[in-house]
Amino acid sequence: MREQLLDILNDLRPDVEFEKEKKLIDDGVLDSFDIVSLVSELNSEFDVEINVMDLEPENFNTVEAMLELIVKMQEEG
Amino acid sequence: MQRSVLDYLEESAEKFPDKIVFADDKQKVTYREFQRQAKAVATGLIEQIQIGRNHPVVMLIERKIESLSGFLGVAYSGNFYAPIDYQMPAKRIELMLETLKPKAVIVTENTRKVMEQVRYDGPLMELQELQCTPVNQKLLDEIADGRIDTDPLYAIFTSGSTGVPKGVLVSHRSVIDLIDNFKEEFGFDENIILGNQAPFDFDVSVKDIYSTLKNGGTMYVIPKMMFSMVARLIDYLNEKKINTVIWATSALRIVENLNVFSKKVPEYLRTVMFSGEVMPNKVLNYWRKYLPDVMYVNLYGPTEITCNCTFYKVDRQYEDEEALPIGVAFKNTDLFLLDTDRKAQVGPKEVGEICIRGSSLALGYYNNEEKTREAFIQNPLNPMYPETIYCTGDLARYAEDGNLMFVSRKDYQIKHMGHRIELSEVEIAVNALPFVEAACCIYDTNEEKIVLFYQSSEECDKELLRQLGKNLPKYMFPNRLEHFEKLPLNKNAKIDRTWLKENYIL
Repeated sequence: MREQLLDILNDLRPDVEFEKEKKLIDDGVLDSFDIVSLVSELNSEFDVEINVMDLEPENFNTVEAMLELIVKMQEEG
Repeated sequence: MQRSVLDYLEESAEKFPDKIVFADDKQKVTYREFQRQAKAVATGLIEQIQIGRNHPVVMLIERKIESLSGFLGVAYSGNFYAPIDYQMPAKRIELMLETLKPKAVIVTENTRKVMEQVRYDGPLMELQELQCTPVNQKLLDEIADGRIDTDPLYAIFTSGSTGVPKGVLVSHRSVIDLIDNFKEEFGFDENIILGNQAPFDFDVSVKDIYSTLKNGGTMYVIPKMMFSMVARLIDYLNEKKINTVIWATSALRIVENLNVFSKKVPEYLRTVMFSGEVMPNKVLNYWRKYLPDVMYVNLYGPTEITCNCTFYKVDRQYEDEEALPIGVAFKNTDLFLLDTDRKAQVGPKEVGEICIRGSSLALGYYNNEEKTREAFIQNPLNPMYPETIYCTGDLARYAEDGNLMFVSRKDYQIKHMGHRIELSEVEIAVNALPFVEAACCIYDTNEEKIVLFYQSSEECDKELLRQLGKNLPKYMFPNRLEHFEKLPLNKNAKIDRTWLKENYIL
């Protein structure tokens, strides 16, 4: 799953070192257009439905946080 | 008669001295205090450097209300401000400074370090220090006496096809024309509470800032993060009782894309205006479904005619597939459609280039006579006396009901995520990279992606984007990269754009 997520992220922004970044949102590395694309990709790739209330910085600041969110969503699914 | 936008501030500060005029997530300021800050900045500028009149002062901006006291301060000093985002790549800031040759650059404690990377040897002044200058009212009165309404207020940069951004210079008169029209047409008054989305180096924010000052309203600067991490956006709008938004179309689209209204809706919104690119009715219908009682207004216009020249108050239902009109011209603005040669008007139902006549016209591109002459031309319909019109490069036609319908661009300029971009500016930046042999950009309108085709000995997407970041802001980055060992050429030995388009873009 991690690989799959990294593929999506690297496709989205080849210029970002996702494994190193700890504040993707707080530092403004990912902007609103990135998030719109990302959310739709995550929804279709992982068969989840990310809700507006999940769109909080702590869920997207790192690759780990995103993984956690996806797992949580799949379990709830 | 009002001669400058400072009259807006003077009048509102007298009527509502203790009302909050601007606020962001950290600070807020009353009319009285804001006026004092602006006057202090002006006094500081005049006393510390030989600034003169009608000269450019760069304001290195952050998304903070402080920047606004810098804007009005420069105006009080009798000069014009040029906002530049401190996050712009240093090389691009240099290009802008080369064009402007500013009398001073105003920085903040935070943004000072940016200038260490930028070649510039003029005065650097710190906003917080300027704000502490004791106001010299006599000095400011002298400047006010000599002010005329065609003096420039600001220069805002847009993408340039030669690789150098163009600074659109706009006068007090043009802004007064716009803001007075907005008040009358949309019924703004002192109860207006604006939620600002547009960055201050983007002219959409001109409407927020000066509508606030004109009407004695309040403007909240919505944190940028709330447009990606949207969980808190609606709470914010409700908490601040925001009733009016003048946003980029792309911001409204984000709300639809992320289904933001599924949990909560804004409770105080009365007026929603949008501009920057074509509004898809699918997006607008989403908003209308949740907020049926709001007045929706489609605004159209380039920076060169001071934000907007037409408006359309949405007055009927539209299917998702239908196109939304750009409407009719504002009062005191004349709009007509010219043929390809810019010699005559087109027939009643024909497509033509939107051309504008009126007080809303910008003064020109600062320090760029050549580009100014191309777009600001003598009215071909009037050979009898000097009269300038602005040719937008946008094609449109009139619909049966008299509303204007946007058709497309005339050239390589595109609207991408609300930003106006000359594809050749991106191409020039890519071609300048040492490891790139050749490159061209095509815009994929369906996918809304800038597609870059480049030729180099090996694939180097990552390196290319990283290098590009030194010259171009992120919104100008190509969204899809296609590497070629050899790019296809047509029979004129030019890159075969047609073939690339047919084979790579559906």
